[in-house]
Amino acid sequence: MTTPTLDPPAELRAKRFGLGDRVFSNLALLAGLTILVALAAVFVFLAIRGIPGLSADKSIYGPGSTNFWEYAGKALFGTCLSAVIAMIIAVPFSLGLALFISHYAPRRLAVPVAYVIDLLAAVPSVVFGLWGARTLAPALVPTQDWLNAHLGFIPLFGGTPYSAGRTMFVAAIVLAIMIIPITTAICREVFAQTPRLQEEAALALGATRWEMVRYAVFPHSRSGVVAGIMLGLGRAMGETMAVAMILSAGDPIVTFHLVTSENPQTIASNIAQKFYGDNTNIQSVLLATGLVLFLFTFLVNFTARALVARSERKLS
Amino acid sequence: MNTTFLRRAIVPGVAAIALAASLAACGSSDDDTTSASGGDSSASAGGSATNLSGSLAGGGSSAQEKAQDIWRAGFGASNPDAKITYESVGSGTGRDNFISGSYKFAGSDSAMESDELTSAKKTCGSDPVEFPVFISPIDVIYNLKGVDSLKLDAPTIAKIFNGTITTWDDPAIKALNPDASLPSTKIQPVHRSDSSGTTDNFTDYLHQASGGAWKDDHSSDWPLQGGAAAKGTDGVVSSVKSGDGTISYADDSGVQGQGLGIAQIKVGSQFVTPSADGAAAGLAASQVATGTPATVLQYNINRKTTDPKTYPIFMASYEIACSTYSDSGTAALVKGFLSYMISDQGQAAAAKNAFSAPLPADISAKEQAIVDKIS
Repeated sequence: MTTPTLDPPAELRAKRFGLGDRVFSNLALLAGLTILVALAAVFVFLAIRGIPGLSADKSIYGPGSTNFWEYAGKALFGTCLSAVIAMIIAVPFSLGLALFISHYAPRRLAVPVAYVIDLLAAVPSVVFGLWGARTLAPALVPTQDWLNAHLGFIPLFGGTPYSAGRTMFVAAIVLAIMIIPITTAICREVFAQTPRLQEEAALALGATRWEMVRYAVFPHSRSGVVAGIMLGLGRAMGETMAVAMILSAGDPIVTFHLVTSENPQTIASNIAQKFYGDNTNIQSVLLATGLVLFLFTFLVNFTARALVARSERKLS
Repeated sequence: MNTTFLRRAIVPGVAAIALAASLAACGSSDDDTTSASGGDSSASAGGSATNLSGSLAGGGSSAQEKAQDIWRAGFGASNPDAKITYESVGSGTGRDNFISGSYKFAGSDSAMESDELTSAKKTCGSDPVEFPVFISPIDVIYNLKGVDSLKLDAPTIAKIFNGTITTWDDPAIKALNPDASLPSTKIQPVHRSDSSGTTDNFTDYLHQASGGAWKDDHSSDWPLQGGAAAKGTDGVVSSVKSGDGTISYADDSGVQGQGLGIAQIKVGSQFVTPSADGAAAGLAASQVATGTPATVLQYNINRKTTDPKTYPIFMASYEIACSTYSDSGTAALVKGFLSYMISDQGQAAAAKNAFSAPLPADISAKEQAIVDKIS
């Protein structure tokens, strides 16, 4: 991002670039650099502490894996599965909610609804974890039993349903609830940024409300919506506490069954569950899986950004 | 306007979080702790000194946490100037931090291996001290509608947890419970997802007592794939509470008052309900491990007892310290605190509040003799 700079007249220059400006610009620079340094520090820390984990003794990887890549791959599978299911649930909800707030609801309703959704983002993940494990999971046991009984031929709902309910199904629903506020907030803002003139032009041409949204609002806010979805996806992949408390998962495994007691482990929850245990040999392995997650989220973000940039170019 | 506001809020927020995370991560590796200072009064010969002062940092086993709180409060009452901290970071981290020198004492659910003993000796400059201080029964808990009492033996438990027995009306369970009306509900065994001393002791029991039905050696990580899992005692207890047909194992202190079914375990020809006394008797019936330094009292727990007074599934959690400290104040403080832990008073307080089993008298006498050597 480059911002055009205007050279101020000479007599003002001295004043403009006075002490205040210099302090402020240095502070801004410092803040910018801090992010880079922090990211680099996290990376270096994970790399240094994690490298021994890449080639640890076979027994450390547990009963299901023989080497690091198998172990990390299985955990990454769990991370992706939970995040993807959560996104499938959350994205339509978020888009609908955001549109409702920005374009459909009367102002008297839109403001409180937006406020409540923002409040949802402030709920700590431990609370979501406790609620998910102790209230939502048992409450969804009949639903999961029903899915298993009637849709069990689909592998997703196959197997023996878990009577305590702490399954991937519930974890993904809780994740979805956790990312809805973030995605909604950003989508709402970008929808509201649509130029009023374009909206009115669409309506004046005889478009219905939906057609106006489709032809004026969506194209204008594409990159913002993708950014919102990416932030949500990032949260879903990195969410630790809630998943660790809800998901019944031990050793990382690969399974598409969503309602059984044997669930794939996610990287973040695997670290949270195992880091401070009786066996500390696994710590370097866990840190190395953290590095895998770190790089993977980067990759996902870059890919998404590249896709958006390409589609924007096509549009213009 | 709102977007930019959001962006402004998010960017520094993310930076701050990342920074905090990296700092916390760096910090956790080298928890520096203040060493004891200014122990201006020395311990008396019996180790029952009062008015000790200074600070002492320790940590480890989370199973000991409740007991440690009680011991610190009790010790602090007679030594108001002594500041003792106990961080419940897990046994493994406790041992690591003791070996790295940042803890002056540590609590651990498993005894140190020989290589750890060697490293600890290097840190201490003398033989380390290690002995059990906290004995706690491990209950086999279950939740099955209409079944209020359940009798199990080691081979059956092993087959339930390794997936050989899959329904509650299996002939093996029926044979042990002829009077119970067992439903055909599927069994859902729940194990600990974190690596824990409870799992270590439970698998040790299965390994020793199941007569070959359990193939794996004892291990603090659950050795099999599959089955339900939950983190921590609290996690397995609440999983069992909410799921019909579940079975798990948990430290007795976490099970008390939860209204869960607790299985009676076959010992010899009788069925025994878990009890603190049974666990203490089980430790008394076990062999002291040989080949360790004189200041180390490790037990090879005998899970195959046939004496119905013993309960074989229990955990003996150890305390680890040095036998010599360079600072006499620290030595006095460690000596005083360890003496309090194993004293009748300390053990009774832990038994009352943490549901542990008081140490048998002859074992605590042996341990006191070790503590007396600390200087």
